[in-house]
Amino acid sequence: MNFFSVKNITKRYAAHTALSNVSIEVPPQSIFGLLGPNGAGKTSLIRIINQITAPDEGEVFFGSEKLAPYHVEKIGYLPEERGLYKKMKVGEQALYLARLKGVSKADAMKRLKYWFEKFEIQAWWNKKVEELSKGMQQKVQFIVTIIHEPSLLIFDEPFSGFDPINVNLLKDEILNLRKNGATIIFSTHNMASVEELCDDIALINNSQKILDGRVKEIKKRYKTNTWSIDFDGYSGMVSEILPPGFSLVNEHTEDELRQIVVTLPGGASQNDLLWALMPRINIHTFKEVIPTMNEIFIKTVNASGRNNINQ
Amino acid sequence: MNKILLVIKREYLSRVQKKSFIVMTILGPVLMAALFIVPVYLSQLSDEIKQVNILDETGWFINKFEDSDRFIFNYVYNDLETAKSELMAKKGYALVYIPRPSVSVPANAMIFSEKQVGIDLKGYIRGVMEKEVENQKLGAEIIREIRKTNPTYAIHGTDSLTGAHVVSEEILKNIKTSIKLTSIRMGESGEEKKSYAEVSMVVGLFAGILIYFFIFLFGSQVMRGVIEEKVSRIVEVIVSSVKPFQLMMGKIVGVALVGLTQFLLWVVLTLAIVSVFKATMPEAFNQAGKVEAFDAGTRIPTSANSAINYEEVEDADSLSRVIEALMSIDYGIMIFSFIFFFLGGYLLYGAMFAAIGAAVDNETDTQQFMMPVTVPLILAIVVAQFVLNNPEGPIAFWFSIIPFTSPIIMMVRIPFGVPYWELALSMVLLTVFFIAAVWMAGRIYRTGILMYGKKVSWSELGKWLFYKG
Repeated sequence: MNFFSVKNITKRYAAHTALSNVSIEVPPQSIFGLLGPNGAGKTSLIRIINQITAPDEGEVFFGSEKLAPYHVEKIGYLPEERGLYKKMKVGEQALYLARLKGVSKADAMKRLKYWFEKFEIQAWWNKKVEELSKGMQQKVQFIVTIIHEPSLLIFDEPFSGFDPINVNLLKDEILNLRKNGATIIFSTHNMASVEELCDDIALINNSQKILDGRVKEIKKRYKTNTWSIDFDGYSGMVSEILPPGFSLVNEHTEDELRQIVVTLPGGASQNDLLWALMPRINIHTFKEVIPTMNEIFIKTVNASGRNNINQ
Repeated sequence: MNKILLVIKREYLSRVQKKSFIVMTILGPVLMAALFIVPVYLSQLSDEIKQVNILDETGWFINKFEDSDRFIFNYVYNDLETAKSELMAKKGYALVYIPRPSVSVPANAMIFSEKQVGIDLKGYIRGVMEKEVENQKLGAEIIREIRKTNPTYAIHGTDSLTGAHVVSEEILKNIKTSIKLTSIRMGESGEEKKSYAEVSMVVGLFAGILIYFFIFLFGSQVMRGVIEEKVSRIVEVIVSSVKPFQLMMGKIVGVALVGLTQFLLWVVLTLAIVSVFKATMPEAFNQAGKVEAFDAGTRIPTSANSAINYEEVEDADSLSRVIEALMSIDYGIMIFSFIFFFLGGYLLYGAMFAAIGAAVDNETDTQQFMMPVTVPLILAIVVAQFVLNNPEGPIAFWFSIIPFTSPIIMMVRIPFGVPYWELALSMVLLTVFFIAAVWMAGRIYRTGILMYGKKVSWSELGKWLFYKG
């Protein structure tokens, strides 16, 4: 049983379809990357999960239950476009937002105190939000997202606007939340952080899901039997010493070492490549080239047509 | 439900704590009090000695009016027409005509003048007349009272009477007198017209303008609040916790409570300022206002007071009369209607303002939608003048029935007396319309608050009405 699932969701607006027949399965206590170019329909899906809008077709399940209004208290949402009441005091505002999520006043105070100390912003409790730096506002926003201890968290570009130190602080907190039992849906364009954090992903383009699965499996699926070799001791044309069918994808020289990237033909193994090269060159490094999420993203999206990417 | 209360509380507290609210709350009553006080004060300043002719058919008040440094009283004994033409010919200031009462004691008087007579004169004349009538009545009552307890008692003098014992509250009630004073201005050609200084007009117009002002002020506060949430992007966080409709209603209700708070504070503070002024400058008000018959501790509780007299109060000149008239009307249909029409009108317009706020990205974009919404309000204020002149006419009727203008026009009409069925019809229609407006605004709001960077057209708004949740 998955912790959270979306089944055959379709959402149409007057002029266009935002989601068509999209299904996702989020396993418990995992980080699920929701990826896709701008305008693909991610925000529409997130809004449906948050019950801000309702789908035209399809269903959303929270565990075995159909998504119902009381589930909003079990969901924490950090929108991409975030904001706070500018004229309201930080503490007052955090308390208000916590109470809107159904936390009692006493509990909210206790937890806020803990988090404000942890993020070292307790001195800002009585300041107005407009007096805070952007980074500090982001911290406040993060705290109010998790203050009701939701079992499902949705982070939409959580790292934008943070400096590297705070990005790390936040990453640690996100990993901590997962360790403590939360399930996280994580939407971002930063593929490096997807590789670092996500267990599973779904890729949406043009309102359709075009790829999903475990990150490790997807990367395996997208491997092209390509290898990278660092060597020296040979200065001629590399293509002359490659066996027929092996194609040179890339080469460059750094200091004394030359690096080449070679894609093997179907059926050939890396040992065939090594056999062919070993008599001519001194190999320093030999490793398989595993596609990055970035490459997989671009490749898959391009393949499925990218009408909306520059919206 | 609990969440909507949280929203209401935040909307309310964040507004009443604002500096602008506090400034308005203090400034409003000062201005309103000044409206009452300044004319009274100014009338004290005129130094010209004016001649006032008294034509007293009753004979009760001969030589009761005392000359002062501002007025010289002159008693005339011809008929009214002669007295009037004499006044015109000799350029006297005013002619006070006290007709012979048809039944018992004198109860009214008319003041003829070329210019509008000052409130100080009116107050003084009223005061003297009431005091005299009350004294006469008191004498009669005391004798009757004494005869009742001791029929054989012969009056030797008043020294054996202990006032506290004999002058019961009931007697005070019985003798309490209100003189109806009508001021009539005479044109050059001699024609007369009633001057427009009547409480009902002032009260009606004042209430109508207040509602207009409140709808605009607080309606646009709702709109600005929605835009603020949209611009600061907090709205998406909030609507992941509460339904958009709850957020909208919370805001509308919260702001309505701010409006009611402000209104009540204004009333209380205005009364406070006026009474402080009254206490510090009693002589101005004792002349201008009503002279109390029994100042020393025997004053009748105001509630009993108002029940007896205010039906007769007609002119709006003296400060205390205005306030007392206001107070007496407030306890009845007026206060109920005011609150009903304020809330109804505010909800109708507030919902529309909320929808506008949701449909735009910033305040400058509101223009195209604001126009059609504000036109009926402005029209109502324009029409209010005609309604004042003809509160029973077809214009008054229709504008006080149609919900977009009824909150203002009905308030203007109410002091003149409106048939209950018209009032009921107007209220029912207003209720139906504001429910419809809130429903429609909720649909537009829900779509609009999450829509950015798009110039929205009217037809677009129409489509939003039918989007699925």
